[in-house]
Amino acid sequence: MSAAPSTAQLSPSAGAFVIAVGAAIAFGAVPLLGFDYLMDAVLTPFLALALAAVGLNLLTGYAGQVSLGSAAFLAVGAYATYNLHLRLPQLPLLVDLVLAGLIAAAIGIVFGLPSLRLRGFYLAVSTLAAQFFVQWALTKFGWFSNDNPSGVIDAPVLSVAGFTFTGPAGRYVFSLSVVVVATFLTLRLLRAQSGRNFIAVRDHELAAKVIGVPLLRTKLLAFGVSSFLIGIAGALWAFAYLRTVEPAGFNLDRSFQILFIIIIGGLASLRGAFLGAAFIVVFPLILSRAGAALLGGVFDSGVLEMSQRIVVGALIIAFLIAEPRGLIALWDRLWRAVTRPAAVRNT
Amino acid sequence: MIKSRYLKFAFAAAVASVLATAPAARADEQFFPLQSYRVGPYAAGGTGFFGGFIDYLNLINIRDGGVNGVKLTWDEGETQYEVERGVEVYERLKGRPGVAAWNPLSVGIAYAMIDRITKDKVPLITINHGRTDSTDGRVFPYVFPLLLNPYSETSGIVNYIASREGGVDKLKDKKIVVLYHGSPYGKETIPIYKLFANKYQFSLEQIEVPHPGNEQQSQWLSIRRAKPDYVVLRGWGVMNPVALKTAQKVGFPADHIIGNVWSNSEEDVIPAGDAAKGYIAITTQASGEQYPVLQEVIKTVYGAGKGNLDDKKRIGSVYHNLGIVNGILNVEAIRIAQAKFGKRTLTGDEVRWGFEHLQLDPARVEALGAKDLFHSINVTWDNHEGDGRVTFQQWDGGKWKVVSGWIAPDWAFLRPIIEKSAAGYAKEHGIKVRTSGDEAVSN
Repeated sequence: MSAAPSTAQLSPSAGAFVIAVGAAIAFGAVPLLGFDYLMDAVLTPFLALALAAVGLNLLTGYAGQVSLGSAAFLAVGAYATYNLHLRLPQLPLLVDLVLAGLIAAAIGIVFGLPSLRLRGFYLAVSTLAAQFFVQWALTKFGWFSNDNPSGVIDAPVLSVAGFTFTGPAGRYVFSLSVVVVATFLTLRLLRAQSGRNFIAVRDHELAAKVIGVPLLRTKLLAFGVSSFLIGIAGALWAFAYLRTVEPAGFNLDRSFQILFIIIIGGLASLRGAFLGAAFIVVFPLILSRAGAALLGGVFDSGVLEMSQRIVVGALIIAFLIAEPRGLIALWDRLWRAVTRPAAVRNT
Repeated sequence: MIKSRYLKFAFAAAVASVLATAPAARADEQFFPLQSYRVGPYAAGGTGFFGGFIDYLNLINIRDGGVNGVKLTWDEGETQYEVERGVEVYERLKGRPGVAAWNPLSVGIAYAMIDRITKDKVPLITINHGRTDSTDGRVFPYVFPLLLNPYSETSGIVNYIASREGGVDKLKDKKIVVLYHGSPYGKETIPIYKLFANKYQFSLEQIEVPHPGNEQQSQWLSIRRAKPDYVVLRGWGVMNPVALKTAQKVGFPADHIIGNVWSNSEEDVIPAGDAAKGYIAITTQASGEQYPVLQEVIKTVYGAGKGNLDDKKRIGSVYHNLGIVNGILNVEAIRIAQAKFGKRTLTGDEVRWGFEHLQLDPARVEALGAKDLFHSINVTWDNHEGDGRVTFQQWDGGKWKVVSGWIAPDWAFLRPIIEKSAAGYAKEHGIKVRTSGDEAVSN
């Protein structure tokens, strides 16, 4: 048996083909075939959380700064988009979105300042400050929710250049476009010098400093870009998916959820963020519906829900034992085994 | 390899079939999609409310064979009280044939659904809670905060205190403290209490308890300093028993603490033990199982082994009875709509018409076996709350006892505020305000 090349990388033309097919399915087939439930209840939240995970992965996975404040930046993005849309109606939505991202980035940089002195668990705890402060401020000051008596805000209509994205397909395509562009730009950033700086800081801060990596700038850049992405994800979560926002929806649980997505998906991998989001968002849904379809008549929904949690929890443990580097490493191993079975056998 | 590929296909097919399951309704069924929460921090309320709702639907099916022969069906999706799960369940169940109405019993989920149900033309019932300005049916044709909205609740509590003092003129120079949960829900009534304080000239202090509220020492020390005549407890979850216990510690009498609708259940008082004895709370539906409709549920539904509550001791509890009343209101709306449109499966829009004509006077309530369980309801096309009366119950350490008559909130005083807020919503969303009930609802 001839030895196959050990790399799992596809050739450039095959890679382009895969991307083209993927894009055709994601942008063409899914919205055209009109799986409303799939788009509205599964894919749109998946995209929003995947983008948030890309943001956190840049900060935690690449730059090594642990953060428990992701939900706060989601909230900042959502409320900033709402207020920009409400108070400056002449601005187009995309500009609102970018400005909201920048506001989230600014707040992210402020809460990233302690990272210059704190590391690891201590930094994680200090980012909790963002989590509690933002939620408190949004509840405390009625201005943020336009003095709506119950503090809950309504979503603006998504429209870009006179074209409105209504209906499940519109919202899905809007989210997908935003996520694709944002992920592409993140990929570019990570492949440039700043991406290498992130990794240097993560792997050995002192060594990075010695070889001339500007620590302050690198860390704050990581916080800024990460919060920017999470802020935009927050706007998508609020306005493309839920179409309403309340501060309680952005609590600590949400921060943990995003952290788990990147840990389960795979740290320092953008594909891992998507895979992890799929596992956390989509898998429980499949399980819940399978459970309801098979056993719905026997047990009530509460019992089913509890057993799903046990299944998901057990799977997470099993995955992480099988591959501590996350689902993405598992996926790569599987992919190698499928495409180059000989290589695996030979190694 | 081949094997694993087959497995993959089989798995994909299984997943696809599960995702696509949507059993077709037989002729003449009316479907209730239930976004229930039997797991998570609010499971006690969820199991009670949805248990009562399902028990009543079962009663109608078993005893009457449905509503005029139309069987009632339902399916549950677990939300854990989380908005995004509620939205997912909405998207999952909205395509089922013959959807009658949505009853999420969650403000957050209800808010997320307003746009969606308006577009899909199906009523959304938020009994006892919900968005206050959706009372204005001219702007919110499909949303029904039946029996009580937060503003009416405020007015009902003030009127009850007035009745204890011997009339609204006696409120002058009295002192009331409102202890509210530090959330949008808790803060919603702040301006309304201020309005009533101005109107009746009582002095008012509103004190916030940060979520979740398991530490209230400083708040109750301020209350002790303020020496109010009454404390209104606008609590939520663990905040309620802690408030009662802390009140006992600082020596504030429990029978001068008045709880709102989210502080009125057994789950709010039992953890407080002795400290809750004498505590009073508002409700739209009295608790207990002595009402004929409850007796029929026990005999017919639980007798047939189809009761929904695992713990039979919870029959007649606050949330269970709220579920029963919610069932009565939904079923009667369908019955009223059937009288106009025919005895068949109705569309969501036809059920909306039924809710907009849901007028049950005390005689009709008695005929339904619910005399003294709730008072009456009078929903019209522009008043979606329906002038629900409230009553007050006192906790005697073992169960709730009604201690007041049926009190009417000051609807006329509140209506202009509601209309103003609704008009703002209509403007923001480009909604055409309806000018009569017969007008077709347009989006």
